Amino acid sequence: MRFFRTQLARVRLAPWVALLPMLLTVLVGYLGTTLWSLRMSVSSARTFPSYDFVGMAQYVRLFENERWILSLHNLAVYGTLFIVACMVLGFLLAVFIDQKVRGEGLLRTIFLYPYAMSFVATGLVWQWVLNPSDGIQQTMRQLGWTGFTFEWIIDQDMVIYTVVIATVWQASGLVMAMMLAALRGIDDDIWKATRIDGIPAWRVYLSIVLPMLGSTVVTVFVLLATGVVKVFDSVVAMTQGGPGIASDVPAKFIMDHLFGRANLALASAGSMVLLLMVIVVLVPLVLIQKRGRAAKEAG
Amino acid sequence: MNKLHHWAGAAAFALTLPLTVHAQTTKTEVIHWWTSGGESAAAKTLADAYRAAGGVWVDTAISLGEQARSVAINRIVGGNPPTAAQFNTSKQFQDLVEQGMLNSVDEVAVRDGWDNFLPESVISVVKVKGHYYAAPVNIHMPAWIWTSKAAFKKAGISAEPQTMDELFAALDKLKAVGLVPLAHGGQSWQDSLVFTAVLSNMGGRDLYLKVFRDRDAKAIQSDAFRQVLLTFKRLQSYVDKGSPGRNWNDATAMLITGKAGVQFMGDWAKGEFALAKQEAGRDYGCIAGFGPNAPYIIQGDVIVFPKTSNPEQIKAQKLLTSVITAPATQVAFSIKKGSIPIRTDVDASKMDMCAQKGLAIMKDKSRQIGNGEMYLTPDQNGAMSDVLTAYWNRNTPVEKVQKDIVSALRN
Repeated sequence: MRFFRTQLARVRLAPWVALLPMLLTVLVGYLGTTLWSLRMSVSSARTFPSYDFVGMAQYVRLFENERWILSLHNLAVYGTLFIVACMVLGFLLAVFIDQKVRGEGLLRTIFLYPYAMSFVATGLVWQWVLNPSDGIQQTMRQLGWTGFTFEWIIDQDMVIYTVVIATVWQASGLVMAMMLAALRGIDDDIWKATRIDGIPAWRVYLSIVLPMLGSTVVTVFVLLATGVVKVFDSVVAMTQGGPGIASDVPAKFIMDHLFGRANLALASAGSMVLLLMVIVVLVPLVLIQKRGRAAKEAG
Repeated sequence: MNKLHHWAGAAAFALTLPLTVHAQTTKTEVIHWWTSGGESAAAKTLADAYRAAGGVWVDTAISLGEQARSVAINRIVGGNPPTAAQFNTSKQFQDLVEQGMLNSVDEVAVRDGWDNFLPESVISVVKVKGHYYAAPVNIHMPAWIWTSKAAFKKAGISAEPQTMDELFAALDKLKAVGLVPLAHGGQSWQDSLVFTAVLSNMGGRDLYLKVFRDRDAKAIQSDAFRQVLLTFKRLQSYVDKGSPGRNWNDATAMLITGKAGVQFMGDWAKGEFALAKQEAGRDYGCIAGFGPNAPYIIQGDVIVFPKTSNPEQIKAQKLLTSVITAPATQVAFSIKKGSIPIRTDVDASKMDMCAQKGLAIMKDKSRQIGNGEMYLTPDQNGAMSDVLTAYWNRNTPVEKVQKDIVSALRN
């Protein structure tokens, strides 16, 4: 009897022991630090943590700050364009490769390659390419198109789009890879059936295949959306938030205040706002995906 | 022979016990960010002088000031402080002092009479509530105006500008011959630097201190300050299209190659000219300010000493303080760094023309003035620089900029 009981305990204990490192990481590393940031965001901490209470003062200051508002605005513009462009481009690339083109392996590698490189390096290259005095513009002018002008990267109103271009270049390959995997999972019988019915291929992709890829689309969206919220390296590498503060993003605002400006409290308030945004956007999506999966399993 | 083996064994044993070693030697670990060519050569002069004085210098160089400072702060907070750490001559280490995390260097400061030779603005930063908490290493002047002799010759400008108006006349001439008049790197710190230069040259000591030290809203709203802002903005029309995001040394290179005429930059730019084998007075000119009363803006580096009760470490901290501030070390360091010594009672004959100019100006105390970071907290300074860089890059009504500066400095 006793032997049986210890045996039972051991069985139940084992998965928990295995999970313990991960559990600790989540509790201390994620939840703990989040709570700590929340605590800091209602204090007056500067270089060092302080445990006084100033209410919502840091949040008020944050939303009175023009740079923060601009960075939120940039995030919205950037996020929308980046996600839409990546999804469309990634899907088209996947469809293209799905046509059993020759040299598929090579093409796949080429499309996926940008994702394998650090943006700190490629961002610098993009900066050179887009720089009007030694990039595309200069090249085109030297080739004879003297009126050619492409100076978005130094334009207050256009600079954020250059970040979109560069990051779409980087991330759409990943979207392609995931979409392609899903496309390959589509049953061949469906294709045979539609061919017999004489439905054009584009129509099949749009009306039949795409709806079947629903959960992959959501996964890709979640992945891209988290990338949007934490966008930092690409901006730092390409524009440093400039010209002026025109291409600033929340993550850069937070990093600047956390380290360079020794304002732990304001930086914490900023990161809490970011966290809130992530929760508002992503939690419903994750729930939808879960429900979809549950429905599929039940059906 | 046997004895030697014995010692080798003991040494090997000791190495496996870092704690024991730590307690028995006077290793002096210094965290700093002097990592570029000229900078590390300068740091080496400090290390050499310290070694000659009997200390054991352990070098922890971390590139980028921000990075190095946050490593130093994290290690101090985490209970594993270095013996010494570099900061700027500014309020960057004020929180450390207030939290009681630094050892004072009063003994050396009083013995050597720092009060007698340190510039007032440096004292105002390193001396907190009557105690000294940092050893000043050097003085940089961030708002020098550099000119390219080659570009000036091409534009037919015979004399260096002596006033703001003459500067604009020169810029116009440079523009007329198709050169880039103003070599500027459009990064926010460089925008702020140009502003600082304009403010000190146009507003003089009074307005400068009213804005940066007193954060006087009335002064910021005044007409004089508005003119400063407008002049700052007017300079922006003389930069080239490739300016945004450019590094400062790339801008200096435009002067070296004669593609551009003028640059506002700190005296660390001399390192770039020196690397290109150019000489002050022959290939390039340096203007500290317009007129005989133009303020000389002071910034620079200091070394602070994290709190420890280990007597060996405290001894090392005191020794390092004496070595750093000694006249000979001061000159050797500044020659490599492009800065000037913290004291004027030194033999400057080996220093270049611009440094000698600077030292001569420094002798007049009424011209000494601190840079913005000495009076403002890092946070205020950052908020101010956000406003300035936005104004430089965007057409905003100057009245709004004045209002924004008032609110940036309020917090």
